[in-house]
Amino acid sequence: MSGADKKFDVVGKARRRVDGRGKVVGQLRFADDLVLPRMLHCKLLRSPHPHAVVESVDVSRAEGHPGVHLVLTGEAFPVPYGIMPVSLDEHPLARERVRYVGDPVAAVVAKDEQSATEAIELIAVRYRPLPTIASPEEALANPEARIHDYGEQGNIHRNQAYEFGDVEGALAASDLVFEDLFFYEGNTHLPMEQQASLASVEGDGKLLLQSSTQNPHYLHRQLARVLQMPASQIRVIATPNGGGFGGKCDPGNHEFVVCKAALVLGRPVKISLTREEVFYQHRGRHPVLMKFRTGVSKDGKLTAMHLQTLLDGGAYGSHGPASTFYTGVLTPVTYQLPRFKFEACRVFTNKPACGPKRGHGTPQPRFGQEVQLDKIADKLDLDPAELRLGMVTEPGSLTASWLRVGTTGLAACIRSVVERSDWKAKHRKLPLGRGVGLACSTYMCGAGVAIYWNKMPHSAVQLLLDRSGQVTVYSGATEIGQGSDDVLAGLIAEALGIDTDAVRCITGDTGITPIDLGSYSSRVTIMMGNAALQAAGRVRDQLAAAAAEALDTLPERVVFSQGRVFAVDDAGKAMSFVEAVALAEAKFGTLSAVGSYTPPKPPGKYKGAGVGPSPAYSFSACVVETEVDPATGWIHVPKIWIAHDIGRALNPVLAKGQVIGGVYMGLGEALMEEQAFRRLPPKLSDALVHRNPSMLDYKSLTALDMPEVDVTLIEDPDPNCPYGAKEVGQGPLLPVMPALANAVYDAVGVRVDEVPVTPDKVLRALERKAKGEAARVGPEAFPEVPYPSPTFVLPPWENGDGDELKGADGKPVRRERRVATA
Amino acid sequence: MMRLPWFEYRAPRSVAEAARILAGEGPGAMLVAGGTDLLPNMKRRHQSPSTLVALRGVDELKAVANGAGLQLGAGLTLTEVVDTPAVRERYTGLWQAAAQVATPHLRNMGTLGGNVCLDTRCTYYNQSYEWRKAIDFCLKKDGETCWVATASKRCVAVSSTDTAPALIALDAKARLASVGGTREIAIADLYRNDGIDFLARKPEELLSAILLPEANGWRSCYWKLRRRGSFDFPVLGVAAAAKLAADGTVEAARIALGAVASRPFLVPKAGEALVGRKLDDAAIGEVAGAVASRAKPMDNADMNLYWRKEVVSAFTTYALRELRGDDMRAERLRTARQALAA
Ligand SMILES: Cc1cc2nc3c(=O)[nH]c(=O)nc-3n(C[C@H](O)[C@H](O)[C@H](O)COP(=O)(O)OP(=O)(O)OC[C@H]3O[C@@H](n4cnc5c(N)ncnc54)[C@H](O)[C@@H]3O)c2cc1C
Ligand code: SF4
Repeated sequence: MSGADKKFDVVGKARRRVDGRGKVVGQLRFADDLVLPRMLHCKLLRSPHPHAVVESVDVSRAEGHPGVHLVLTGEAFPVPYGIMPVSLDEHPLARERVRYVGDPVAAVVAKDEQSATEAIELIAVRYRPLPTIASPEEALANPEARIHDYGEQGNIHRNQAYEFGDVEGALAASDLVFEDLFFYEGNTHLPMEQQASLASVEGDGKLLLQSSTQNPHYLHRQLARVLQMPASQIRVIATPNGGGFGGKCDPGNHEFVVCKAALVLGRPVKISLTREEVFYQHRGRHPVLMKFRTGVSKDGKLTAMHLQTLLDGGAYGSHGPASTFYTGVLTPVTYQLPRFKFEACRVFTNKPACGPKRGHGTPQPRFGQEVQLDKIADKLDLDPAELRLGMVTEPGSLTASWLRVGTTGLAACIRSVVERSDWKAKHRKLPLGRGVGLACSTYMCGAGVAIYWNKMPHSAVQLLLDRSGQVTVYSGATEIGQGSDDVLAGLIAEALGIDTDAVRCITGDTGITPIDLGSYSSRVTIMMGNAALQAAGRVRDQLAAAAAEALDTLPERVVFSQGRVFAVDDAGKAMSFVEAVALAEAKFGTLSAVGSYTPPKPPGKYKGAGVGPSPAYSFSACVVETEVDPATGWIHVPKIWIAHDIGRALNPVLAKGQVIGGVYMGLGEALMEEQAFRRLPPKLSDALVHRNPSMLDYKSLTALDMPEVDVTLIEDPDPNCPYGAKEVGQGPLLPVMPALANAVYDAVGVRVDEVPVTPDKVLRALERKAKGEAARVGPEAFPEVPYPSPTFVLPPWENGDGDELKGADGKPVRRERRVATA
Repeated sequence: MMRLPWFEYRAPRSVAEAARILAGEGPGAMLVAGGTDLLPNMKRRHQSPSTLVALRGVDELKAVANGAGLQLGAGLTLTEVVDTPAVRERYTGLWQAAAQVATPHLRNMGTLGGNVCLDTRCTYYNQSYEWRKAIDFCLKKDGETCWVATASKRCVAVSSTDTAPALIALDAKARLASVGGTREIAIADLYRNDGIDFLARKPEELLSAILLPEANGWRSCYWKLRRRGSFDFPVLGVAAAAKLAADGTVEAARIALGAVASRPFLVPKAGEALVGRKLDDAAIGEVAGAVASRAKPMDNADMNLYWRKEVVSAFTTYALRELRGDDMRAERLRTARQALAA
């Protein structure tokens, strides 16, 4: 499907995105814009306690409040849910426990929002407070009070360890071993659109939920589960999302509540979350503490790495089992790493649940890895760019952990930013207070495995053509602002030789569109795109067969381009696309085709090998320039250069927009974004509250704070991807944070091994440096974590077979036993 | 959406009528001008006035009068203040302060009077009712403890108005009107160092105008510290004004600080120490140190508290260098993200 040699009509041309007009003129209807006759409004009562037993909920006064139609409590929802089958730990409304300030306890449905707001204050809840678990350290130290009665042990939700080859042996044999601790503070998605949902019962008696969601399919499944209804009786429409970034991947409490209420009342029920509630729904970036022990040879080659991570998961499982894996699994994809050991632990705390945010679990270790490489280059007196260029992974190679690296443009990315930023003239050469930093990254083009185990396609597309020449394309893919509708229309238009104008996209509707798993893991362009090309190829064959007869040529010789259908060797033999459709409709009957896509089987066979594989990986390299004031620590970023290996840019304006958006979000995380909490003095209070649940106080960059971004797209088409196009939605965020930290070091010679990098930390590090102490601010210690003994897998080059070592009894051989018997 | 509590809405057409309503309604009434501070606060139940007395329809409050000095009506929006040439040309400090308040949208709505009378702020207080309930409220509203200083009997919420320190440095006066007549007080005297009772305005008074003395050779500037180039309240404001002789000798100087206490305040010793000297690096360094020692930021605003204190001297230095005539545009662009050259 690469089409590397094809001349394109649509692909690669800068176009206005197909939904651009509607957005600009304000016609696009977000969930909150929807209004139905007889619609009621819903408000949630949320817990004021971080951790408590709900002893009783008295709703009688609220039920009597004027305008109130229904009050729901946890009793209405006996069945739990969760995005991952191994973490079904949430209820739409708390049953016996609340686990963070903001956990929903009850819901009021009333004639308007004002009445509902008044009535929730009339609900009397008796709580019995439990001890507050505020941090991972506290979670590890206090198995009681246990936040959930499942998980590994105490307050540990997930705990895992993998070792690919003998890492201790390799470290011992290394010329140098670098040991570094890093911390990455949590942060949230901050989509401009706050979640809203409207549930109604349609004329046929079926439930309809229109909601700002990234994953209508998973939501659909969970609704069927919680409401105990057949999925065929439920339709979920993903309304156009005003940004998602992962924050709308999990099913939300509010979505179940309005559905239930609509079913009970037979009237439409709507909820619109406030900005503060969006901060409680969260599912954002996990705070992660990391320890890297990395061996290198004197000439700058990696020998082995031992990575340990500790994730603060917040109060619920969410995507946590996957997030835990992602704090390590992509680490070996960028550079040749002969051996790799990865231990990860996720704990529960009494804070809003963390989950997937753009880059899902990988920005944190990427930060640590790329800053550590900068330290290694410094110590070995090597250019950080050259160090990386000397060890980028080979195209088509396997990692120690058995991930297949497909095409890679990483080296080209590095060379591009080095040249465009004039790196060689700047790095270690600018005057005090000015510096440049470089970092690289990789990301998946779609997770190779679905969230629930199944053998079916991950994405499907259906095409319907009629004699008007109109091409309607149905896909479950969800437009979250990333431009998936435009990608879809562009691919179909290219394949059929027509303009995107002739394509109508109907997407993200479980009632009428075929499956797509959702807008996560940068999977849509690749998976939906491959399905779309398959469907388009099938109708094109029919069109070609019919047209060939009329043009007196062979079907293989029929060309589709610019709305015309003609014989390749005789342009005089031609007809319009509309004519070709009519001929085909006469010949074959109504024209329709489906296409679907299932990712290739991953090479790794060990238990856990399903997280990390992807049909392709994108790569990025970034140079950040900084001006750092040694007197105040103030950080100014005048310019950023970034190169992204996208395989092929289907619509370069859209692609560049995604790159700049990723840089924007990355720089915000690097400099200021923090989902931070306040613990009041424990002697006086149990309170643990979100520090800044508002757009004013949660700091993200404004337009004035955004530097100029120089974007280069590296195009090396990947054969697994539609016309070679890889992802661009998440990857370009990843290198920004470490590049910024490295640039601060280049400017003033201090390390901030922690995100965000703020002026007070820079100043503190400078003060330490002046006193002759370590010129660094960052975590000082890594707590004792009871990681399990690792699953041991031999790397491909040590005669591994992709499976974990097993004993004669067929059970996995843990590392210790292997060592003991060796 | 967060909802407002119920209230009575009154729309007087004159200062006299507004004063009459205020006197009649008593402390249950509150003035609303642009509403950019009060309405969000009401949504969070910081204030639940039974009556709102809206000043938008009072044309008198929009007056700009040149005379000896400049008189600015309290009802002028900040955008209008910024767009007044006399402000930009003669009272640069006020111009720079007003231009950096909040965002363009908020400056289009927010007024000078509202900015001067802005509620004090605190990260434990500027939160929703539900959030505050989760910490069992605090001294300033509905609770007993000050979570910033648990031993304190006094609320230490921070004065966050940008224009007030500039007005103090410019030695402006506030005109207050009530049914009993009008009075004029030095703007500095309008403030008390108390996070709850932070204004010396009587409940029946309204602020009708700001009176700026003749510029008369004075030059002024305002340096604001905030995390981002827009949107954010100050976490430090340094306003400086000086009258320089032809050879650059300081004849008089005033330096005021904002956002480091419950009120904006003048640092008289700093101004006095400059008199008779030139604004050379040594003099600036000395005075910057003295100013910094007066700043007492608390852990109730954005950014690290110790760091906020540490950079007071740097910001005072920027301000004095700008008065000296240094080209500070590059520094402005790095910190404020706008050149603000008058
Ligand atoms: C996101 C955001 C960011 C902000 N950033 C800043 C900032 O950076 N710097 C800053 O200084 N402010 C900031 N503000 C606060 C506010 O927008 C401005 O201070 C604005 O000037 C307030 O004016 P207003 O007319 O809207 O006041 P209102 O909200 O109408 O009133 C504010 C207070 O003043 C009283 N009042 C109003 N007019 C009079 C009068 N004539 N006489 C007596 N009392 C009166 C009201 O009763 C009320 O208590 C911000 C606000 C928001 C929402
Ligand atoms: S300073 Fe203390 S009393 Fe005042 S608002 Fe803040 S926490 Fe409340």
